[in-house]
Amino acid sequence: MSTPILQVKNLGMRFGGIKALDDLDLDVNSGEIVALIGPNGAGKTTFFNCVTGIYNPTQGDVVLTPPGTPAIRLNGLKPNQVAEKGMARTFQNIRLFQKMTVLENVMIGRHCRTNSFILGAILRNTATRQEEQETIHKSYKILQKMGLEKHANDLASNLSYGAQRRLEIGRALATEPFLLLLDEPAAGMNPQETQELIKLINLLQREGQSILLIEHDMKLVMELSHRIFVMDYGRRIAMGTPEEIRNNPVVIKAYLGESADA
Amino acid sequence: MISLKESKRSALVSLWFMFLTFPIMVIKVDAIEKTIIWRWENMFYVGFGSFILSIFGRIFFERQKNRREKQLSEKIQQHNLIQILLREPKYLYPLAAAFFLFALTFPHLFSTYQINVMTTALMYVVLGLGLNIVVGVAGLLDLGYVAFYAVGAYSYALLNFHFGMTFWMVLPLGALLAALFGVLLGFPVLRLRGDYLAIVTLAFGEIIRLVMENWNAFSQGPSGISNIPRPGLLGFDLTLNQAITYLYYLMIVMVLITIFVVNRLQNSRLGRAWIALREDEIACQAMGIDKTKTKLTAFALGATWAGLVGVIFAAKTTFINPASFTFLESAIILAIVVLGGMGSILGVILGAIILILLPEYLRALSDYRMLAFGAIMVSMMVFRPQGLISNVRRHYQYRPQKGEQE
Repeated sequence: MSTPILQVKNLGMRFGGIKALDDLDLDVNSGEIVALIGPNGAGKTTFFNCVTGIYNPTQGDVVLTPPGTPAIRLNGLKPNQVAEKGMARTFQNIRLFQKMTVLENVMIGRHCRTNSFILGAILRNTATRQEEQETIHKSYKILQKMGLEKHANDLASNLSYGAQRRLEIGRALATEPFLLLLDEPAAGMNPQETQELIKLINLLQREGQSILLIEHDMKLVMELSHRIFVMDYGRRIAMGTPEEIRNNPVVIKAYLGESADA
Repeated sequence: MISLKESKRSALVSLWFMFLTFPIMVIKVDAIEKTIIWRWENMFYVGFGSFILSIFGRIFFERQKNRREKQLSEKIQQHNLIQILLREPKYLYPLAAAFFLFALTFPHLFSTYQINVMTTALMYVVLGLGLNIVVGVAGLLDLGYVAFYAVGAYSYALLNFHFGMTFWMVLPLGALLAALFGVLLGFPVLRLRGDYLAIVTLAFGEIIRLVMENWNAFSQGPSGISNIPRPGLLGFDLTLNQAITYLYYLMIVMVLITIFVVNRLQNSRLGRAWIALREDEIACQAMGIDKTKTKLTAFALGATWAGLVGVIFAAKTTFINPASFTFLESAIILAIVVLGGMGSILGVILGAIILILLPEYLRALSDYRMLAFGAIMVSMMVFRPQGLISNVRRHYQYRPQKGEQE
C-alpha cells in the first residue's frame, strides 16, 4: 500500500505573470484513492494538465513509478507518451468522440496498447485480425464493467449525461493505466448517478486501481478517499485523512471565508 | 392531401403576389405614343404561377413535417432507404453486381466521347476518395490537394521525358513521390487546425503550381510537356479508340483498389485514430494516440491517391501544363467530398460522378450550364448539408471467446 507511484515535487506553472501553481507537492501510493479538492479556480485542473503533459510545468518534477520498473520523470513528455507510461485521465468537460460509437470510443483507448499499422490495415493479416478481435473483446469487457454494453453500437453523443461520464472512465481504463486521473467525475450528476459512480470507483479500487480524483461533491470525496489534498490559489494548504480535513480550520476558512468575529 | 384551408391560403398568397407585381408586370407606359398598355394576361400568369408554387411548397413542408413525426415515433432516424440497402447483403450484392456489369459493358454501349467523360469521372472518384481520408476522416481541411495531383502528373511527364521511363514504372514512383510531398506538407502544419490549416495548404498548392509555371529549365514552364505516351499493354500497339477503352478499364481497376484499401483503412486501428483526431484532438492525445504520426499518415495516404491519378492523367491527356492544376481543381475535389458526404465512401463516389458528369450533360443548356450547376449545388447544401449519403459507423459484433460462459 505504501509504495509511491506518483510523486510531484515543487510543481509550479506560470502563465505570464500569473502563478497558477506554486510549489505544489503531492504523492499517490499504489492502490490508494487520493482526492484533490479546493475552491473554484484553485488550480486543480491546471495541476492535472501539468501532470498529464498537456501543459509543460515551468518548475518542479513529476515522477511516475510504474510497478516493477524504474521511476520516470514526466516533465516535457507529450500527453500520448504519458498515457503510454500508464497514467490515463478523464476531462472535466466531457471530451468523448461524439460521432463514434460507444464501443469505438473505448477501442480508441486500446490504441497505445496495440500496434497494427498501414500495411496491417490493408492486408488484414492474421496478426491484425487477432489484435482487432482482442481490442473488441477487451473493450466490450470494459463496457460491461461500466454497465454500457447495451449501448455498444450507439453513437456516444446519444448517451445520457451520466453514461457519458462513465464512458469517459471506461475509455481511460482501456489504456490499462496503473494510475487513473478523474477530473470532477460527478459534476452535473444527479444523486442516483453519483451513487452509481461511487459504487464503480469502489469496485475499481478493490481491483487494485490507484485513483487520483478532483471533485467538488464532498459526500463522494469523504466516502471514497484515503487521503485528501486541499489547494487554494495554486498552493497546497492541507493534507490528511478525510477526518483530519473535515476539522481543519484552514480548509474551512478557504471554503467558507473567515467569519467576521474571528 | 391539401385541405380547403391550405388552398385558401395559397389563393391569398397568389393575390398578394398579383398586387405586388401589378406595377411592373401589368402596367407598361409607352413613352412614344404616350399611352398606357395594360397587360392583364401577365397578372393571370403571376397569379396562377404563384398559386401553383405555393401549393407545392405547402405539400412539401407538410410531407417533411409528417416524415419527421413518423421518424420520432418509430425511431428510424438512422435507417433510411440507402442505409438499409447498404447493410443488407441481400440487397447490396446484387446491386453491386449490377453496377459492376454496367461498368464492364459501358465501353461497348457508348461512344468514345462518353467513355472519355466517364474515365475522367472515375479519376475524380479516386481523387475524392483520397481527399476523403484527409478531409472527411481525419478532419484536416486541405485546400491544396491538387498539388499532389500535379506531383504525380509531372513525375510521369518528366521521368518519361528525361529517362524514357514507362507508365507502369512511374505509377508506383508517382504515388511514392506524392506521399513524400504529403509528409513534407504535413510537417509544418502539424500544429495548425481549421482555417489556418486551410490557408497553408492553399498556399502549398499554389506554390507547386507557380514553381511549375516559372521554373522553365525544369518543367518547361507554361508551355507544358507534350507527347507523353499512353500506357502500354504488354507491347501491343493500340489504336486511339482501344487506348481510350484500355484507360477506362484501368480506371475501373484503380477505383476498385481504392475502395478496397480506403474501406479497410477506415475500419482499422489507424482509421479510428484519424476519426478520433477529427473529433477531439486533446482527448485523442490524452488517450495515447501520437498526433504527429497520425496526421502525417493521413496526409501521406491521402496524397498517394492523387499521385496515382496524376500519373494516369498525364498518360490520358498526353500533354500537361500548369493550367491543369489550379485552385479550381482542389475546390472541385473538395466539393465532391463535401457534397457526397464526409467520410462516406459511397457518398464520395456518387458525389464525384454527379459533379463531373453533370456539367458535361448540362451542355444542352449551353450558356446557363454553370448557372444550373451552381443552383443544384446551393440547393444540395440547403437541403442536405450532411451530403448525399452520410457516413454510418461500423457496428462491431462482440463474440465471447472460448472458455467463457455467456
